[in-house]
Amino acid sequence: MSTLTTPSGDRPALGGSIGAVSAGRKIKDRIVQALVYLAFALAVVPLLSVLWTVLSNGLERLDGTFFYYSMNGVGGRDEGGGAYHAIVGTLEQVALTSAIAVPIAVLTAVYLVEYGGGGRLARAVGFFVDVMTGIPSIVAGLFVLALWLLTLGFGFSGFAGSLALTILMIPTVVRATEEMLKLVPNDLREASYALGVPRWRTVCFVVLPTALPGIVTGVMLAVARVMGETAPLLLTIFFTKAINTNPFEGPQAALPTFIWEQAGDPNQASIDRAWTGALVLILLIMLFNLGARLLARMFRTVSR
Amino acid sequence: MAKRIEVSGLHAYYGGVHAIEDISMTIEPRSVTAFIGPSGCGKSTFLRTLNRMHEVIPGARVEGKVLLDDEDLYGPDVDPVAVRRVVGMVFQRPNPFPTMSIYDNVAAGLKLNGVRRKSRLDDIVEESLKGANLWNEVKDRLNKPGAGLSGGQQQRLCIARAIAVQPQVLLMDEPCSALDPISTLAIEDLIAELKSRYTIVIVTHNMQQAARVSDRTAFFNIAGVGKPGRLIEIGETSKIFTKPEQKATEEYITGRFG
Repeated sequence: MSTLTTPSGDRPALGGSIGAVSAGRKIKDRIVQALVYLAFALAVVPLLSVLWTVLSNGLERLDGTFFYYSMNGVGGRDEGGGAYHAIVGTLEQVALTSAIAVPIAVLTAVYLVEYGGGGRLARAVGFFVDVMTGIPSIVAGLFVLALWLLTLGFGFSGFAGSLALTILMIPTVVRATEEMLKLVPNDLREASYALGVPRWRTVCFVVLPTALPGIVTGVMLAVARVMGETAPLLLTIFFTKAINTNPFEGPQAALPTFIWEQAGDPNQASIDRAWTGALVLILLIMLFNLGARLLARMFRTVSR
Repeated sequence: MAKRIEVSGLHAYYGGVHAIEDISMTIEPRSVTAFIGPSGCGKSTFLRTLNRMHEVIPGARVEGKVLLDDEDLYGPDVDPVAVRRVVGMVFQRPNPFPTMSIYDNVAAGLKLNGVRRKSRLDDIVEESLKGANLWNEVKDRLNKPGAGLSGGQQQRLCIARAIAVQPQVLLMDEPCSALDPISTLAIEDLIAELKSRYTIVIVTHNMQQAARVSDRTAFFNIAGVGKPGRLIEIGETSKIFTKPEQKATEEYITGRFG
């Protein structure tokens, strides 16, 4: 601005009075840039290291047998055997968990953002969601063990595991959905009200569709997170080496508990199976993340 | 179609803040009434009390009477949702629904209120888009997202969306303030056409616009910061802009303040 109001009247040559970037700033710029890259590298090194270790150890048993066979009748020392029972278990448990947790969590978030209006109940619900976020996963498992298995007398089952995972999944989905709903501009709600549309229809047909890509991403990330939970499953689904496709009856396997079980065995064949289990689990979670991103992008292109 | 609005002794509050004070006026059917006045004088608040949008804001409330052809909008068993079907609204910033196509945007008010028949929807969408002077520009891309239109087109889309539910009254809250002059002209032409069928109320900061489009003009003002807004005078637009009765009106329209 000051160059524009110079009293001399002559227009100064560009670069003359505006000046070039000083050497000091250039150096600072470089240093900060280097620091940022360094921090990035530091964050990536452990990730690459984990991936490399799991890949190099797990590829050996990544074969058809691993995907088509269970551990039924396979001893710790035996070669072969697979994780079919564990993959089925994990998929069923996570599907059940999502089926219970997502509706509850999304409705909670809708209440908090659209109806609660910062009232006492909304603040209390928000507080307890925060508390739930902090629950250690083993405590969720113990809770289900105490209530569902010991008090109510149900047996070990995939469903009991789902209940424990639900407790862990609800708060993350509530928070993610809440943030997405808050991002929906108020203009859109008002536009809908001004058309004589009742509030619940506005929420269902205007607010939720607008926030959908973000909600889908949040749900998928939560799914990926609970998929890797081990502790609550140890106490609720127990162990089995056989295929059990019924999540409501009898112990079921899951990938995390499969890894835990195999890694605890001192034989090389078991340890190899554990590594491959870990690799499959990572791939599964990656697949879910990719799926989430793809879904979110699909919704976004529709809306543009 | 159009209905007369009679307001008497209307006060509006935001929580403890007294936003507008004791407003009484008659808004004639099939005409355009413009609200002018400095920022914060309560024009928009008053506009929003006319279709009960004011109370959407937490803590907001209204006292007084708004009669729409003898029916009190604030009567004890009047459903605010039903009021808004009769009194439509267009906002300052164009706000088409981002997840919906052009067609769905126009049909939104009907679809969300349970109209399902495709042929009927097709007719109303075409009629509304024609009514908003947008049909020729969008008829080949009705399934494209509404958010892909230009600002002026989006605003006309919002007008089409508002008239698709066939309201009696159309409220416009600074509908051109986010638009360029050409789009503004298009909207003003549209207002001139729509007034044969609707009661139109428009809030504007642009006095030339008020002079161009309106039949009657109401001037609002505040006595000072934190004081409620009040209606200073209302009359024929030609009279307000040439021989206003109040000194404040004259000072405002001649640009001496505000």
